[in-house]
Amino acid sequence: MPKATVTFEDIGVTVTVPAGTRLIEISEKVGAGITYGCREGECCTCLTRIVSGHEHLAAPSILEDQVLKDNLAPRHHRLACQAQVLGGNIVVKPA
Amino acid sequence: MLPSAVRPDCAVAVASGVHWIGALDPDLRSFDIILRTANGTSYNAYAVRGSAGVAIIDTVKASYAESFFRRLESVAGYDEITTIVLNHLEPDHSGALPELLRRAPAATLYVSHQARPMLKGLFDPAEFEHRIVAVGTGDTADLGDRQLEFINTPYLHWPDTQCTWLAATGTLFSGDFLGCHYCDPRLFNDAVGDFRFSFEYYYAHIMRPFRAHVREALDLIEPLPLRTIAPGHGPILRDDPRDYVRRYRALSAPSLHGADSKTLLVFYISAYGATRRMAEAVAAGAEQVGDVRVSLYDIEGSEPQPFVDLIEEADALLFGSPTINGDAVKPVWDLLSSLTMVDVKGKLGAAFGSYGWSGEAVPMIEDRLRRLKLRVPVAGVKARLEPTGDEFAACRELGRQTALHLLGRAEHRVVDMASLT
Ligand code: FES
Ligand SMILES: [Fe+2]
Ligand SMILES: [Fe+2]
Repeated sequence: MPKATVTFEDIGVTVTVPAGTRLIEISEKVGAGITYGCREGECCTCLTRIVSGHEHLAAPSILEDQVLKDNLAPRHHRLACQAQVLGGNIVVKPA
Repeated sequence: MLPSAVRPDCAVAVASGVHWIGALDPDLRSFDIILRTANGTSYNAYAVRGSAGVAIIDTVKASYAESFFRRLESVAGYDEITTIVLNHLEPDHSGALPELLRRAPAATLYVSHQARPMLKGLFDPAEFEHRIVAVGTGDTADLGDRQLEFINTPYLHWPDTQCTWLAATGTLFSGDFLGCHYCDPRLFNDAVGDFRFSFEYYYAHIMRPFRAHVREALDLIEPLPLRTIAPGHGPILRDDPRDYVRRYRALSAPSLHGADSKTLLVFYISAYGATRRMAEAVAAGAEQVGDVRVSLYDIEGSEPQPFVDLIEEADALLFGSPTINGDAVKPVWDLLSSLTMVDVKGKLGAAFGSYGWSGEAVPMIEDRLRRLKLRVPVAGVKARLEPTGDEFAACRELGRQTALHLLGRAEHRVVDMASLT
């Protein structure tokens, strides 16, 4: 299975993960500061800044795009409960 | 009977061209389940008349809609209403909104950008879609000879909250901000009874968890030449409105001084002393790092409230609990459930404790800490019955690592997802 790494800048941890994993699952397991509410891509609580490697995340759904827009999310921000890791190296931190 | 500024079906003048058209709810005894309201509350709504139209600012709880509309009709016709502003969408303010939009077909609704997507929870967006404008700080609504200016003040106490400023009369329509649950028909702060307690109680329960946002809002509001604060609940503050702004500034400022260094608190509760000895090891490990102020507290020694005050100012919180009947013990949950009263988001958390045969307390506390939006970067430590030398060492390491994280000196770790539990 293709592997990727996700680095959580706020706690200084890099995790090797299988492709397809959602950011929130990883964040939860390592105790990073990305917090969540609904886990369904509605509340925007899990807004996360993709410091680098945003191209290694699956493109946002129409719904995620709308929520990001509604909440005035800056560029390269994603919902951790939605964003799926594809491969490569990704660096994130809580928005 | 108390003398009253409020007569049935009549608006009350607040400033030139500004009227109160809200509702009194003297019998309410608890609000949103969590707040006690010893003498009820009020839902304040306002009408502002300009040369080119009338603005309605906020509405009331749905059950008071009819009296709101009658009061409104005493100062304005529906066809004169060009502008509707909702400073906050909670049902106590938005209850009459859909009906107001229907009765005032020429009106445009102004809400904050954050409120815009929430409107679909109130009505079918298709019905009013083309009449909604999302606004932020600096945006205005024109009433001809006077303008309403919007000030984006989110998280007071919902993401959608904003304030509206009418420079022409120096009136700030502040929504829940600077309000309180205090029902008095004399309506104005210089005429009503002593509501200082209600004002403080409201701050403590509604605004305190968002104090960083309170400070940001105050930065925007303090420079205004305020003559009247017209909040969404409680007395209208026309006598020395700045006094209330100063009070919020004081309440939202850090309360403890002398803690220049990062502070780490270790809380524990212990049945036979094992969790207590673990707590001492955790504290000793943190102390080793230096530059961190470490404190140790027995949860049994206090009510939650003073601990909550401490926690609000602290940077890292470690909780030790034995596992009894498959759970952490009640005093720990009592303390953890009190933490919604303050802002703990982003603080560091960790858990530890001894157990007899299962040890669920530690992961349950860690889960709770994550749900409270703390970071929990260091895995907790469990020890069966009396901790061994290795387990004490793990406790010291837990304290040390947490302290290092606090100082930003933790070593960068590389782990595999599969190795994480
Ligand atoms: S947790 Fe609600 S949008 Fe992700
Ligand atoms: Fe509210
Ligand atoms: Fe309210």
